[in-house]
Amino acid sequence: MVFFWAFVVGGALCVIGQLLMDLTSYKFTSAHVLVTFVTAGAVISALGLYQPLVKLAGAGATVPLTGFGHLLAQGAINGVKENGILGAFSGGVASAAAGITAAVVFGYLAALAFKPRG
Amino acid sequence: MSFKLYKDRSSGENETEVGKVSEAMISEKQKKEYAEIVKQVKPKPRVWRNMFWAFVVGGFICLIGQVFYNYFLRLGLNLNEAGAATSSALVFLAAFLTGLGVYDEVSRFGGAGGIVPITGFANSMVASALEYRAEGLILGVGARLFTIAGPVLVWGIMTAWAAGILYYFFR
Amino acid sequence: MAASKKNGSQTVWFENPPVIISTASVVGPMEGEGPLGKTFDKVFNDTYCGEETWEKAEQRLMLDAMKKALQKANLQENDIDFMLAGDLLNQIISANFTARALSIPFIGLYGACSTMYESMALGSMLIDGGFAERVLVGASSHYSTAERQFRFPTELGVQRPMTAQWTVTGAGAAVLAGRGSGPVITHATIGKVIDMGQGDPQDMGAAMAPAAADTIARHFQDTGRTCDYYDLIFTGDLGSYGKKLAEQLLKQKGYDISERFTDCGILIYSGAQDVHAGGSGCGCSAVVTCGYLIERLKAGRYKRLLGIGTGALMSPCSVQQGETIPGIGHGVVIEAR
Repeated sequence: MVFFWAFVVGGALCVIGQLLMDLTSYKFTSAHVLVTFVTAGAVISALGLYQPLVKLAGAGATVPLTGFGHLLAQGAINGVKENGILGAFSGGVASAAAGITAAVVFGYLAALAFKPRG
Repeated sequence: MSFKLYKDRSSGENETEVGKVSEAMISEKQKKEYAEIVKQVKPKPRVWRNMFWAFVVGGFICLIGQVFYNYFLRLGLNLNEAGAATSSALVFLAAFLTGLGVYDEVSRFGGAGGIVPITGFANSMVASALEYRAEGLILGVGARLFTIAGPVLVWGIMTAWAAGILYYFFR
Repeated sequence: MAASKKNGSQTVWFENPPVIISTASVVGPMEGEGPLGKTFDKVFNDTYCGEETWEKAEQRLMLDAMKKALQKANLQENDIDFMLAGDLLNQIISANFTARALSIPFIGLYGACSTMYESMALGSMLIDGGFAERVLVGASSHYSTAERQFRFPTELGVQRPMTAQWTVTGAGAAVLAGRGSGPVITHATIGKVIDMGQGDPQDMGAAMAPAAADTIARHFQDTGRTCDYYDLIFTGDLGSYGKKLAEQLLKQKGYDISERFTDCGILIYSGAQDVHAGGSGCGCSAVVTCGYLIERLKAGRYKRLLGIGTGALMSPCSVQQGETIPGIGHGVVIEAR
C-alpha cells in the first residue's frame, strides 16, 4: 500500500514543481523551484504537518526535495530538544550529513571517472 | 546637508544626482506594445503533457526510493539509518547516470519529475563537477560542485535553523 | 557634410566592391547531420574535435576554417593584410588563440552572434578604403562552450522551452580581396543597439528581432531600394519565432518581406533534431553563409542577397542582475558577379 502512495504523492509533488516551472515568468528558474521546495518543506515540517505525509507515503514524501527540508528542520528541532539553543545550529546539518557527504563524494568520484558528453 | 556624488572638472559644479542611464529613444509604450506581440507569437508550454510526465517520472523515482528503503529495513537498519542509506543509494545512482550522460535525458523528458527528487539535487552537483574538471581538481571540480546545489543547502539550513530557534523560544 | 561613401545614416557603399575569393566552413556532428550537411567543407565526428577540452575544440574549428579558406584561395598567411575574427567566449579567447597560431595582424571583434557580418562589413571597409588588399574574416561558436558560459553545465537535467535555440558548433571563414573572381560585397549597414525590454535568455529571438527589423528598414531607407531588389533576405539566428516577430515589426514600418525572408538558424537544423526554435551562435550565420548561401550564389540560384547578422548583447552577469537583453543587426549586401 505504501508503494501506491509513494508513487502518487511523489508524483504529485513533482507536478507542483512542474506547474511552478511552466506557469511562472522566465526569471523563476528551476534553481528557484528547488529552493522554494526545500524551504517550504522545512516550514511545513516545523509546523508538524509533514510527518503525517511521511507516514502515509514513505519515500514519496522523503525523496522529493521537500523531504530534505523536512529532514533539516526536524534535525534542528530535535537538536534543540537535546542540546538547547546550540542544537538549532548543529542539529540540521547533522541529520542531513549522510546525504550531503554522499553527494560530495560520489560527485567528485564521478567527475574523476567520466567526461561530460555535451 | 546634501551628499556630493561627483565633481565635474570642466563645468566646475558639484553634482548631487546623476541622470538615469537609459535608452531614451524607445518609449515604455513601444516596449509594452512589443511585449504584447511577443506574447502572441510565443508558443505556449505543453502544460498537461509536462504535468503527466512529471507525475510519472517523479512517482517512479520515489517508488525506487521506497524499494531501497524497505530493503535496508529488512537488512536490519533502524528507521534513521535506512533513511540515510536510501538517500545515499539514490545519490549514487544519480551520480552514475549523470556521468554516463543519461540523467539529463530523464529531466529533459520528465521535467520536474527529474529535478525535484533528491536525484535531481545529486545530478546538479555531479553535472557541475564534471563540467569544470577542465579547470582542475581544486578550483574546477572542488569549487564548482555547489554552483547549483549551493542555494538549496543555504536556504534549507537557514530555514531549519530558524525553525530550531523558534521552537526553542515558543515550545 | 556627409562622408563620400555613406548612404543615409547607417549604410556605406563600396566604390570597388571587395570580392569574396574563397570561403570555408567547419562544423560538428549535429550540423553535419542537418539539411545543409553536404555544404560544409569539414564535419567533425564528435564535439571534442580531437582536443582535450571544448574550448580547444572551438579553436580547432576556427583554425581549420581559416586555413581551409586560405588553401582554397591559393594563399599563404603572409599574403593576408589583416585578420578580423570573434566568438562568444569571454575575452574572445577562441579568436585570440587562433590568431596566435596564424601570424596575421589581428583585430578582435565582439558582436555576439552578429560577429561574422560585423567582420565582413569592417573587412570590406578596410579594402575599399585602400587600407588592405586581402583580409581574412571569420567567426566561431560551440554548443558546449556557450552552454558552460551562459547557461548550465551540459549534463544538468533541464527542460528547455520551445523558444530556446541551440548554439551551432562550427566556424566559418572567408577571404575578402580588392581584386579577384567571386561574389562581391556592395553595401554594408551598421546596426544600432536596440533594446525593447525583452530579457529572457531562453528566448533570444524576441530580444534580437527589433534590431534586425530596424537595420533592414534603415537599409531600405538609406539605399532607396525595396525588398524586391533582393532574391533573398536572411537573418543570422532569429529562429522561427524571432523571424515571425521581425516580419511583423517590418510590416508595421511598411515593408513586407515575407516572400523572400529566411533565417540561418532555421536552415541549419531539421525538425527531427529537436532544437526547438533553431540554431544560434556566431557559427550559425558564419557556416550557413560561407557554405550553403555562397554556394547557391555561385551556382546562379541567387543573384542578390541581403544578410543581417543578429546578436544578443548580454553577459552571464547582466541577466542575473535583472537586465534586459539588447540586440544588434549588421547588414551586408552580397551580389553575384
